[in-house]
Amino acid sequence: MGQPQQGRGIAYRMGVAGRVLLAALGGYGLAALLTALLSVTLPLPRSEAVAAATLPSFAVMVAAAIFVFASRSLARAALGLGALCLLLGGGLWLVQGQA
Amino acid sequence: MRQGFRQSMAWLHTWSGLVVGWVLFAVFVTGTATYYRTEITQWMRPELQAGATFDAGRAADLGADFLKARAPDAVGWFIGLPQPDKPLIEVHWWKDLAGPFHHALLDPATGAPTAARATQGGDFLYRFHFELNMPPLWGRWIVGICALILLVSLVSGIITHRRIFADVFTFRRTKSAQRGWLDAHNVTGVLALPFHLMIAYTGLVTFALMYVPWGVTAAYKGDEIRFFVEAQLMPEVRAPAGKPGGLVSLSPLVAQAQGRVSETLEHVAVYNPGDAAATIVTIFEEPHGLAHLHPQIAFDGASGAELGATGIAKAATHISASFVGLHEAHFAGPWLKALFFLCGLMGAATIGTGLVLWTVARLPKPAERPGFGYRLVRALNLGTVAGLPVGLAVYFLANRLLPVGLEGRAETEIRLFFGAWACVALAGLLRPHRAAWREAFGLASLLFLAVPLVSAATTGQHPFDGAARFLGFDAAMLAIGLLLAAASYRAGAPRPRRAGAAEPRPAPRPAAHRAQAAVPQARSAEGAEIRRRA
Repeated sequence: MGQPQQGRGIAYRMGVAGRVLLAALGGYGLAALLTALLSVTLPLPRSEAVAAATLPSFAVMVAAAIFVFASRSLARAALGLGALCLLLGGGLWLVQGQA
Repeated sequence: MRQGFRQSMAWLHTWSGLVVGWVLFAVFVTGTATYYRTEITQWMRPELQAGATFDAGRAADLGADFLKARAPDAVGWFIGLPQPDKPLIEVHWWKDLAGPFHHALLDPATGAPTAARATQGGDFLYRFHFELNMPPLWGRWIVGICALILLVSLVSGIITHRRIFADVFTFRRTKSAQRGWLDAHNVTGVLALPFHLMIAYTGLVTFALMYVPWGVTAAYKGDEIRFFVEAQLMPEVRAPAGKPGGLVSLSPLVAQAQGRVSETLEHVAVYNPGDAAATIVTIFEEPHGLAHLHPQIAFDGASGAELGATGIAKAATHISASFVGLHEAHFAGPWLKALFFLCGLMGAATIGTGLVLWTVARLPKPAERPGFGYRLVRALNLGTVAGLPVGLAVYFLANRLLPVGLEGRAETEIRLFFGAWACVALAGLLRPHRAAWREAFGLASLLFLAVPLVSAATTGQHPFDGAARFLGFDAAMLAIGLLLAAASYRAGAPRPRRAGAAEPRPAPRPAAHRAQAAVPQARSAEGAEIRRRA
């Protein structure tokens, strides 16, 4: 980093690295699961459902990244994103299981 | 990590912008140039005269004749038909879908390889814009990740600026160096903000199925071709029969297809050309409007019977295609295209000023030795912001100065582009920082100003010969050269002083502490910026 940073020890840096990782993997995972779920559940022709589900996926990633960096703690952000992913993943599993 | 929502967003804006700034600066500059890709290519092939019209059927046959002789065993041929603004037949062929993709340019009169100088022209800038001259998959992923981080940076920047409208009218160039850079960053960023958001998002949508294939995975078991066919983006495709077969002449099919679609016919593709189940696909220019949707008609290669055509895309597909259309701006007339070009330049300026602002806000005290990170950022800033223009000017000059018949000419142009860019970045390390900026901008300015002169001297065509063929290009070179001269002059001028301050480098710190003491909660971006520093 650009300057000697007082009071920013290893814990702070690990926290930043953790958020970067969570924002990247969590954000992408959330967008991927949501896109997959919407692609098979939207009441549209198959190709339209895929197009409509893919289009907003980048906004989902951005929103997730903003959420991760705005959260009061890394654990809170991880819990929030994890719960959402679990919910979407579960939904996808149910829908795919039926098909 | 930080107290308060706005402060954490200011932190996110600063750091997300910094890490992708250098790549994005190059992406914005080359992408902005791509709006005039056709004009750049025309300038770089001065042997060709634009404006003539061509018989599409005959051109398709000439292309097929060349490919039959050159690549009868290819699995795909792609023939780009000559157009008034691009008087060449461009053929591609491949023996494997994974590449390599071969390529040749043919004279539309004879079908023989063109005599025009070998160059990638504006296509190099276009491809660099999203592939960075790397293997396509690598380049596209890197640019995609940078574009997504740009979106994060834009959104966090917007959140940081509560006073977004007032900031447009705030430019305190003379107050202090940091204020001046901050205001310049805000003005260029906010004024063209809708463009920045649009261009980042639509750029991602252009390769959406590569970045996010999971919809196709879930709904189509990963069969992307099936999705394209059902979405009316391409006609039904056939697997090869495995038996050799003949290929009908293309010109009657071209005439038949042209009778059905009123748009300009741009490409004829032949899949499995040597096979009994060869398929010929005619691909048209997108109809007038936003959407990037090319009508296509497919024919049987052996009999010439029609196999199918694309229909009308439904709403969601149409909206996605419109996103791509917005990014490419093919729909834009000359004035709108000029506006997009200006917005693109403002995007590059926002990134450039943001990068410089990062260093100005962390200016070490006179006695302090700057840390490694600080020096790295400073060197990358100079190497990118001042080095790229030098590279571009050298690319154009090389096009005029390299011998026309030189072996590997097109590749040499590109090597010189990267070589000049790298030289500026490395030479910058050897000079005092301010002098490096002044000299690099000065060099870029001289090189750009030299382009019209060198062009006139080597081709014998100049703006005053009555033809005025490259008047626009020459004027653009002069304008860019003068702009860079002004930048060089500014970089060499003494730092703007605060009113009444005697010291040549007013440190922003005292003001920062005062602001902080007076307003516990940062009121604006600049407050947050200063707090982050404190």
